[in-house]
Amino acid sequence: MTIQSKAAPVRFDGVSKVFGKDVRAVDNIDLHVDAGKLVTLLGPSGCGKTTTLRMIAGLEMATSGKILIGDRDVTKLPATDRDVSMVFQSYALFPHMTVLENVMYGLTFSGFAKPEARSRALAGLDLVGLKGFDSRLPSELSGGQQQRVAVARALVLEPQVLLFDEPLSNLDAKLRRQVREDIRAIQKDLGLTVVYVTHDQEEALAVSDEIVVMRNAAIAQMGTPRQLYDAPNDRFVADFIGEANLLPCEILSVDGDMAIIEIEGYRHTLPSRGLPTGPATIAVRPSRLVIDSGDGVPATVAKATYVGVRMEYTLTGKFGQVFAVHDNVDTPLEPGTEVRMGFAAKGPVLLPE
Amino acid sequence: MRVSTTDKTSHPVLIFWILAGWVGYCLLPWYMVEDGLWSFEWLFDGYPFDEDYAPAAFLIGQGEKIWLSPLLIPLALPLLVLGRVKSDPVYSRILILSGTLGFGWLIAQGFSIGIRGFNYDWLGSLFGDIRLRQFGMGYGAMICATAFLFLLTQGIAARGAINGDVFVVSAIGGVITIVTAFVFFPIAKMLFAAFVTEDGAYSISVFFAKFFDDRLWGLGCLWGARCGAAWNSLFLAIMVGFITTALGLAFALVVTRSGFRYKRALRALTVLPIITPPFVIGLALILLFGLSGTVTQFVAELFDLTPTRWLYGMPGVLIAQTLAFTPIAFLVLIGVVEGVSPSMEEAAQTLRANRWQTFKTVSLPLMRPGLANAFLLGFIESMADFGNPLVLGGNFDVLSTEIFFAIVGAQYDQGRAAVLAIVLLFFTLSAFYAQRMWLGKKSYTTVTGKGDSGVHPLMPKGLAIPVMVVALGWALFTAAVYAMIIYGSVVELWGVNNSLTFKHYVTAFSVRFEEEGIRWTGAAWDSFWTTITIAAIAAPLTAAVGLVTAYLLTRQSFAGKNAFEFGTMLSFAIPGTVIGVSYILAFNVPPIEITGTGVILVISFIFRNMPVGVRAGIASMSQLDRSLDESSLTLGANSWQTFRRVILPLLRPAILAALVYSFVRAMTAISAVIFLVSAKYDMATSYIIGRVENNDYGLAIAYSTTLIFVMLAVVGAMQLIVGRTQIGRRMSQSRTNV
Repeated sequence: MTIQSKAAPVRFDGVSKVFGKDVRAVDNIDLHVDAGKLVTLLGPSGCGKTTTLRMIAGLEMATSGKILIGDRDVTKLPATDRDVSMVFQSYALFPHMTVLENVMYGLTFSGFAKPEARSRALAGLDLVGLKGFDSRLPSELSGGQQQRVAVARALVLEPQVLLFDEPLSNLDAKLRRQVREDIRAIQKDLGLTVVYVTHDQEEALAVSDEIVVMRNAAIAQMGTPRQLYDAPNDRFVADFIGEANLLPCEILSVDGDMAIIEIEGYRHTLPSRGLPTGPATIAVRPSRLVIDSGDGVPATVAKATYVGVRMEYTLTGKFGQVFAVHDNVDTPLEPGTEVRMGFAAKGPVLLPE
Repeated sequence: MRVSTTDKTSHPVLIFWILAGWVGYCLLPWYMVEDGLWSFEWLFDGYPFDEDYAPAAFLIGQGEKIWLSPLLIPLALPLLVLGRVKSDPVYSRILILSGTLGFGWLIAQGFSIGIRGFNYDWLGSLFGDIRLRQFGMGYGAMICATAFLFLLTQGIAARGAINGDVFVVSAIGGVITIVTAFVFFPIAKMLFAAFVTEDGAYSISVFFAKFFDDRLWGLGCLWGARCGAAWNSLFLAIMVGFITTALGLAFALVVTRSGFRYKRALRALTVLPIITPPFVIGLALILLFGLSGTVTQFVAELFDLTPTRWLYGMPGVLIAQTLAFTPIAFLVLIGVVEGVSPSMEEAAQTLRANRWQTFKTVSLPLMRPGLANAFLLGFIESMADFGNPLVLGGNFDVLSTEIFFAIVGAQYDQGRAAVLAIVLLFFTLSAFYAQRMWLGKKSYTTVTGKGDSGVHPLMPKGLAIPVMVVALGWALFTAAVYAMIIYGSVVELWGVNNSLTFKHYVTAFSVRFEEEGIRWTGAAWDSFWTTITIAAIAAPLTAAVGLVTAYLLTRQSFAGKNAFEFGTMLSFAIPGTVIGVSYILAFNVPPIEITGTGVILVISFIFRNMPVGVRAGIASMSQLDRSLDESSLTLGANSWQTFRRVILPLLRPAILAALVYSFVRAMTAISAVIFLVSAKYDMATSYIIGRVENNDYGLAIAYSTTLIFVMLAVVGAMQLIVGRTQIGRRMSQSRTNV
């Protein structure tokens, strides 16, 4: 008995959700999730990502717009009738049923005979590495094990779309990396369509094929982890995905795809992203700041923190304050040191605003 | 793997209700069978052709009751949709049409044609003076009506209400219908009765004449005469509200914020009002302070005074009600006092407030809404109390007893009873409304479910001592009263012959073993078994209605939910006497003709005790995380399957509590019951009251004692069982409030 995938794409066409009279939780979003891909909805709390997920599940009904799973319009369909299953933040294991009964629960409503349901459930438990735990109660499992039961319970239904609502938030830091890799491995092996909600950007970068960053009930940017990290659309995305130092600059000239910018006399060449000459903003990741390269913007080390694998510096200057990291932990800079701050050849981007 | 149900063309639930409709119409006796619900004599006595037992189809076949024939149309209509899919607009339209037509026609004909023909003159003049008559609805009509109702709800669901959820829509429709039929309809009927003159016409002046009666609003007591019943009730209820709240707070503080060692014994007090029939306290007070009471005699001899009848009247009722309802205030206030988050008090202490300042500036203000709540509860309970004023009232008239005497006394004045009931209802509903609207939004109790590991500080010394004295003093008094009840049951004739005897128990509960088996020769057995049977039938129904309602209120959102909640909790605020009066006014004529049967008792218990089930259900359902339901739904279970397989099993303790509680309340109830009992169905409480009125105190007290012990056993057994049905981690947090 193996678990198959019936992965299907998900489509949102102009979907809005209004709670009460005028609380817009989701405002006119268009979204396309390809079959067999893991897409993360990422954003600060209250941005509408969980509501979006619950609309895919059918736990919330869209106020307007259209939702398609596969070729089928499911906008008006309640959760029971959608071929979608979900792993809840709290796992929502039924405390009065054993692990096996929990995993079999959905199968019994899908028209499987008992023995068939049982062997499928056992296969599911096997897949998540919980062989032999079938007769335990959920309360007798650790948090990580409960989490895997919840995943197995959702997986065995071979849903068109599998949903995860912040699945790692109740696990301790060490376990998180492990579980998130397990989830990703299962998703890739079975070729599942997965929509995953999180507010942890590192988690999103690690597991996703594609990330949807949401802000204020709307989509701020959509793209692969690399695209979002290397070419954020605006300040919000730049700052939300990884840390970014936002610095004011002047675009001196544009030549084809490339532009030359200047900050306090320091010049740097980078992709223009279609911007005209004039004042602009540049986003630079902390690791892409080069300290004491000889050329650069004058700055002063305000704070120096040793965190083991690297040094973290806070630099101040006319431009304001930036955060930089440096791999050289053996000869750290003392606070008060005057330095020159340059940019790495790749990495810094202009923000089209 | 899941096949969407919206594409299916077979609808098992629909087929079931269509069949039910046809069975009700063609096979079951349409009208009420005289011999009662459980008698099946009709099967062998002329069925299906005898007019009394015939199903509607046979009646029409014989040319009788032809006004039932239009029902064939709505019965046949749903057959048209059997092959269609749910999303087809025709499907929902036809079902809604059929349900509305059928249900509407049933109600219309039921109310228009009564035992003596047309109920309204204009109908008679419209159709001429044909001899049409019919009795109350029976099996057939009831099942038909139910079928139409659920056809209608399926139609509404198919139109997309509540995401097309048939179970939820049907549950809402069902609850609304029964609450309307058995709470709002009788109350409305009673309101109309207040305007009826002696010759049956409607008149406002009749209402005003009765409303402004001096016996109701007189203020004579200010200058030595008697006051009206309304003022008496109001004054008494306010006093009882204040005193019970104060005492309840004292008890709650002793239990939660003192070093007192026997807290568990104090907590046991809370079980007393549940297991004690309300008037028993009054009886015990008579034994202590009555004309030949122990204390009266003792004091009289000591100081050489003439014993007086001071107990009969306001003082006696006040003491009895305070004894009876203090535990209720205690129960409410324990929750409130414990609910104040200890970390708030600890914060105050770290901000340099001493214990007294902390109590005065933080704890007490946070408890204030709870105190108001306890006051209003005491107010409502006192207003509605019937047993104690009946036993101890003397010349002190209160509304609840006046209603009773207006109906059963020589005056037999339905209009007056209705007017009194309206006044009483006005008081209790105002209190209820105040409690819900004003306090509902003002709860400061701060239990969030997050770990709050603080400890409540002890009371300041200056407060602790008086509080302890009052609480323990009152606890001792309560204990003395209960001891009196037990002692009184084994005394030959109180105050006259104080020798000990089991005579009263023998009279009440003697049995003889004969060859044919046991013969229940005692005088009390009849009413005892009736009580047990009726309570046992009512309990599961009450729990079911209560839990379904609680499920709808906590787990579903739909238009008009607030009104729905208000309506279902309303019967809590309707005093039993009002329910009693309105039931006999509403249900002694067709279409629902059930006075004098056991059914009316069962129904009155269901709707009197439903709020208890609802609250127990809400309390424990809000402890279950919503994601449990949601995950069940996303796993493909529908809402009925979720309710049955996830929620119900997890609610087992709450279900048991609701069952036992409604059982016990049904056994102790008196106020509504006394109007509804009949010779065939006499209940224990009304039997005891009857004994009291005949001055047969020994038997009454012996019977009461037995009841108390029976219910103590039931409640105790439940506590044991509930203690064991704790499943998993989550459940260990859920408390059952008994």
